[in-house]
Amino acid sequence: MGSFFQVAWAVAGRQTYKYFTNPAFLAPALFPLFFFVAFAGGLTRVGDIPGFNYAAGYIAFQYVWALLQAVTMGGAFTGFSIASDFENGFARRLMLAASNRYGIILGYTLASIVRAFMTGALVTVLALVTGMPITGGFDFFGLIALAVLANIAATLFGAGIAMLLRTQQAGPVIRTPIFLVLFLAPVFVPLNLLTGWIETVARLNPFTAILDASRGFLAGDPQNVPQAFAISAALILILSFWAVFGLRQAEKAG
Amino acid sequence: MTGSSFLVQVVALARRSTVRTLRQPAVLISALLFPMMFFSINASGLDAASRLPGFPDAPYLDFAFAFPLVQASLFGAITAGSDLARDIENGFFDRLSLTPMRPAALLSGMLTGVVALGLIQGVVFLAFGLLMGVTISSGIPGMLVIVALTVLVALAFGGLGAMLAIRTGSVEAVESAFPLFFVAIFMSSINLPRNLIEQDWFRFIATVNPISYLVEGIRSLVITGWDAQALLLGFGCAAAIVVLAISGAAASMRTRVA
Amino acid sequence: MGRDRGIIVEGLVREFKKGPRAVDGIDLRVEPGEVYGFLGPNGAGKSTTVLMLTTLLPPTGGTARVAGYDIVKEGPQVRGSIGAALQEAALDPFLTGREHLNLQAALHGISRSERRKRGNALLERVGLQEAADRRVRGYSGGMKRRLDLALALVHEPQILFLDEPTTGLDPQSRSALWSEVSRLARDEGVTVFLTTQYLEEADVLADRVGIIDRGRIVAEDTPEALKAEIGRPSVEATPAGPDERGAVVAVLGRFGEELPSQPGTVAVRLSGGASGLADVVRALDAENLKVSNLRLEEPSLDDVFLAKTGRSLEGAGDRDKNQAEEAQA
Repeated sequence: MGSFFQVAWAVAGRQTYKYFTNPAFLAPALFPLFFFVAFAGGLTRVGDIPGFNYAAGYIAFQYVWALLQAVTMGGAFTGFSIASDFENGFARRLMLAASNRYGIILGYTLASIVRAFMTGALVTVLALVTGMPITGGFDFFGLIALAVLANIAATLFGAGIAMLLRTQQAGPVIRTPIFLVLFLAPVFVPLNLLTGWIETVARLNPFTAILDASRGFLAGDPQNVPQAFAISAALILILSFWAVFGLRQAEKAG
Repeated sequence: MTGSSFLVQVVALARRSTVRTLRQPAVLISALLFPMMFFSINASGLDAASRLPGFPDAPYLDFAFAFPLVQASLFGAITAGSDLARDIENGFFDRLSLTPMRPAALLSGMLTGVVALGLIQGVVFLAFGLLMGVTISSGIPGMLVIVALTVLVALAFGGLGAMLAIRTGSVEAVESAFPLFFVAIFMSSINLPRNLIEQDWFRFIATVNPISYLVEGIRSLVITGWDAQALLLGFGCAAAIVVLAISGAAASMRTRVA
Repeated sequence: MGRDRGIIVEGLVREFKKGPRAVDGIDLRVEPGEVYGFLGPNGAGKSTTVLMLTTLLPPTGGTARVAGYDIVKEGPQVRGSIGAALQEAALDPFLTGREHLNLQAALHGISRSERRKRGNALLERVGLQEAADRRVRGYSGGMKRRLDLALALVHEPQILFLDEPTTGLDPQSRSALWSEVSRLARDEGVTVFLTTQYLEEADVLADRVGIIDRGRIVAEDTPEALKAEIGRPSVEATPAGPDERGAVVAVLGRFGEELPSQPGTVAVRLSGGASGLADVVRALDAENLKVSNLRLEEPSLDDVFLAKTGRSLEGAGDRDKNQAEEAQA
C-alpha cells in the first residue's frame, strides 16, 4: 500500500510543478469565465421571469454553473495532459517506474484537484468583482465539497479515455461529452421553468442534481443535499472502474 | 512573361480550397453540427425568456435562429484562416509565391472556399430550423435573403481570418483567436434583445458590437418580415467588415509577397 | 550571352535581427547548364542563400542575378525562369499528386490541354503515375520529394534550385532522384543549384562544389580538384589480433604519417600516393602480419571540409563513417 501513495505523490508533484512553470494551466477557466461574463452580464433580466425563484440573484445563479464548469474542465484538461504524456512517451517511463500503477491515477487526480482550486478561485474572484452579492447564511464548504467531487469525476472520466486512446486525439472525445453534460442542465433558468425535450434530458442528467444542490448552498437554502452527494459518490465509483479499465488497456498495449 | 489570367488563377485556387474542405468531413461535420447543437440547447434552455415583458411577439426558437447562422461563419473563418496560416508555416505559400500567381488571386480563391462553406451551412441550417418549427415571416424570398446575408457574414469573418493568418503566419495565433471571436458573438444581442439587457456596460458593448446588427438583420427576416432599417444595418455592417478585412488582408499580402 | 541562364552572386549578405550573419558575403558564379553543389553542415547558410536567390527572402546586402535578372528588382522575371524544390516538401495532404500539378500549372498560365499533357509526362518521369490520383497524405517521403521535383519542373524552368533534395530519403529513392537530376542537366541543359549536407551527393552530381561554412564560402572547385588539393589517399588496416597492433603500426608508419582512426584499426596517409598500396601489402606479408581488412581511401570532400574549416562535417561525416562500417561488417 505504501508504494501506491508514493507513486501518487510523485505523479501529483510533477504535474503540479508543471502548472507553475506554464501559465496555460489556467486555460480550463477560459471558457467558464467567458460564459459567466456573457450569461451573468447579458441575461440578468431572465431572473425576472415569473417563477424564477432563486434568492441569491441571477449573477450567483450563473456563478455556480461557471464554477462547476471550471472544475470539470480542469478535470478534462488533466485528461489532455495524460494523453500527451502517452504520446510523447513519458507515460511509458511512468508505467515502468511505478511499482503500483493505480497510484498513477490517484496522482493525476490529486494534481487535478490542485488545478481545480486555482481555476475555481479565478472564476470566484471574477464573480465577486462583477458584483455577485454575498448574502449571509450560505454554505461555502458544501459548495466546495461538491465542486471537488465534480472535478474528481471529470478527471477520472478524462483519464480513462486518455489511457484508452493514448493520443492527443483524445481531446475532443473527452471535451465534447463533458460540454454536453454541462449544457444539458438547467443552465439559464431553474428546472421548473424548463419545458419540452430539454426538461426531460435535464431531469435525467445526474449533473442537474449537483448543480441544484450547489446553487442551494450558495443561496443558503440547501436542497436535495444527500441526493447530490450520493450521485457524486456513485459517479466517482463508476468512473474509477472506468479509469482502471483504461489503465489496464494501456498496460496491455505496452 | 505573359502570366496567367487572373480568373484562371482564382478558379484553380478556389477549387483547391473547396476540395480540401470537402475532403475533411470532420471539419465539415463540426461546422454543421456544433452550431445546430448550440442552437437546440439555447433555444430550449432559454425558452422561458419569451415570457419577459418587452420580448418580441415570437417563440424563443424563432428569436434564437440567427445564432447558428452567425456562429457558423465563425467556424468558416477559423478553418480558412488556419488553412492559410498552415500554408505559410509549411512552405506551400512559398511554392505558390514562386509562380506568377497574383496575391489577390490567392485571397479570392480562399474566400471562394469560405463562401462555398457558408452557402452549405446557410442552406442546411435553414432546413434544420424549418424542421425544428421556426417560422420565417418574410417567406421564401426572405429565406434567400437570409442565405445571402449568411454568406456575406461568412465572407466578413473569413476576411478577418485571412488578415490574421497573413499578419501572423501562425496556425496557433489564428486558433487562439477563436475564443475572441466567440466572445464577440456572445457580447451582442444574440441571446436577448438589446432593450432587455439590464446591465449598462453589457448593453453598451452589444450596441457598439457590429455583430448585433448582423444578428438583428437576420432576425428581422425571421420574426418581423421585411424591416428595411434592420436589413440595411445588417447588410451594411457585413459589407463594411468585408471591405475592411479584405483590404487589410490584401495590404498584408503585398508585404509578404515580394 | 549564355550568362542569361546562369547565376551570378556578388557579396550577398543576409543578417537576421538576432544572431550572426546567416550569409556573410558570398560570391559565386554558376554557368548555364552546370550543376553546382552547395555543400555545408546544418546552419551553414545554404537554405538562406537559396531563399534569397529564389526571391523568397530579401538580402540585406550584395546583389545577385539569376537568369540575367536582378533578384531584388526583377522578382517576377526571376520567378518565371526558375523552378525550386525547397526543403520542407510543402504539399497539401488533402490534394492528389495530379491536383498539385494541375494547380501549379494553372497558376503558371499553362493552357488546360497542355496542363494535362505535361502533368502526365512529369508524373511518369518521376515514377508517380500509379499514385497520381491518391491523396498526398499517404505518400512516402521519397514520393513527396519526387512530386516536389515534378512541381518545380511544370513550367520548364531554365534554372532549378534544389534545397537538400534527398535529406531523409532511403538510398533507393536517393539514387532515383540523383539520376533524374543528372538527366535534366545533361539532356535538357537545365542549370541546377543544389544544396546538400551529403558529401556523396555533391561528389556524384555536381560539376562544381562550393563549400560553405558559417555563411562564407571556404572552397570552390570541381570535386576532383578539391580532393586533389588535399592530396594523398590513406590506407586503413585492421590487425587480425589486438597483440599485433603495435607491429602493424610500425610497418604502416614507414609509408606515411599516422591518422586518427576507428578503434581497432590503424590508418596512415600514403606519402607515395595510391600506388603505395601494393608496397604496404608486401611489407605486411614480409613481417608475417595478418590483417582482417585493408582499405584504400581516396581523399573525400570531408577531408576537404576538415582541411578548410578544421572541423568535420557534422552529422553527414558521422553518417558516412557508419555506412562504411556497415559495408565492412
